Amino acid sequence: MRIFHYWFALWGIVFRELFRFIKQKERFLSALVRPLVWLFVFAAGFRAALGIAIIPPYETYILYEVYITPGLIGMIQLFNGMQSSLSMVYDREMGSMRILLVSPLPRWFLLVAKLLAGVFVSILQVYVFLGIAWFYEIQAPLEGYLWLLPALVLSGLMLGALGLLLSSFIKQLENFAGVMNFVIFPMFFMSTALYPLWKLQESSVWLYKLAEYNPFSRAVELIRFALYGQFNQEAFLYTSVTFTLFLILAIIGYNPSKGMMKRKGR
Amino acid sequence: MSNIALEIAGLNFSYAKKKQVLHDLHFEVDAGQCCILLGPNGAGKSTLFSLITRLYAHKQGRIKLAGFDIQKQPLKALGHLGVVFQQTTLDLDLTVQQNLRYHAALQGMSRKKANPAIQEQLECLGMYERRTEVVRQLNGGHRRRVEIARALMHKPSVLLLDEPTVGLDVPSRQAIVEHVHQLSQDGHLAVLWATHLMDEIYASDKIVVMHQGTLKAQGLMADVIRQAQAENINDAFYKLTHS
Repeated sequence: MRIFHYWFALWGIVFRELFRFIKQKERFLSALVRPLVWLFVFAAGFRAALGIAIIPPYETYILYEVYITPGLIGMIQLFNGMQSSLSMVYDREMGSMRILLVSPLPRWFLLVAKLLAGVFVSILQVYVFLGIAWFYEIQAPLEGYLWLLPALVLSGLMLGALGLLLSSFIKQLENFAGVMNFVIFPMFFMSTALYPLWKLQESSVWLYKLAEYNPFSRAVELIRFALYGQFNQEAFLYTSVTFTLFLILAIIGYNPSKGMMKRKGR
Repeated sequence: MSNIALEIAGLNFSYAKKKQVLHDLHFEVDAGQCCILLGPNGAGKSTLFSLITRLYAHKQGRIKLAGFDIQKQPLKALGHLGVVFQQTTLDLDLTVQQNLRYHAALQGMSRKKANPAIQEQLECLGMYERRTEVVRQLNGGHRRRVEIARALMHKPSVLLLDEPTVGLDVPSRQAIVEHVHQLSQDGHLAVLWATHLMDEIYASDKIVVMHQGTLKAQGLMADVIRQAQAENINDAFYKLTHS
């Protein structure tokens, strides 16, 4: 049955990603240390300087650490998405990507399966991070941790699809450093991860506009609201649309007759 | 009933805005036949393999695997294909068994079906005892054996080998050459083996000589030697690729 073929392939790809992740302990550690440093050092240091007014979904004044926690969750997923795309470029250079692409399954399915595998790994990282944050007294309502799951799936898919799209354009591993400078840092800093939109508006209208339309901002807001058991419809729609767009472009990028394969002919 | 496992007809290919790299290729490989694709570097062998595996898409000509057109029915065609690429494509951080299970999953094989297939292929290649070792710990020859086992475990009709013995020592090369020839003689497997090493050719093999994207000669070794008006296959290859 064809459906079983898809099912086995999906689990095969997810397990491979999981095995690789478990074996690469440094990757897991750095994925955790990065947001924890931001939480314990950066947020603690800026707590006094960056007071946060009462803004939804919060119903009272909150500590800065509480404010940036959804942003740091987004950061985990953003870095994981880029890590996945880095591993796609690596796999392509090393050749193991070919085995995936010559399997008798549609290319869109292989890319979606790869995407889902990356999202699965990122969700594990997020919940471990939240577990540590819990002991640091950054605690959301219990149901929030449950509502967070679908939000993480969508935001992870969107950021992973962006990574896939980038990997279809990046020809060599060395070029990947540019992604750090031109994608990850601008996306992260020009977003609501570290400061709310109204704070940005006070300092620069342009920055405010960029942050408002930055897909990462919407993903962070989706996560923020979900963590407090609320649904942010606007963020949901924006994230869904950008996910679809990135995925379609990535699929075109990996199409042998249209995208990267054609340009990359060797 | 047709016995053709791999059919290449009128195949042309050029990279975007660059000169043509394959010119009107025509050849066939029958089930149970081992076909050696000979050509110097730059002959277009790897490009041809990328087209057969649908890593690149062609616009002119036809490629059929087990009767299925790679453009029109790619999934059915690819289901009949086993490939060993020139570059190692194993995941170095996973064990031999995990690599094969991953491939089995991509081929739609359940764990129940995959395990005996893995055992059978690894035993044939003398690698079963090493199934729990991480691939990174294996030498080049053993990695190649694992790749061949992987390419065969879903029982393909066509096996593509893109210079699989490059960089291997003589015993490893011989073992692989003998194993693959045995496979094509025993069963219904069609083998297309790209190489530029003459000592990998058996007299019973079909030979296809390519040079600068053009097919220069094809047939059994004796036919190719006759077509090139040469004394032996080395001489024939030299004449065909230096004219």
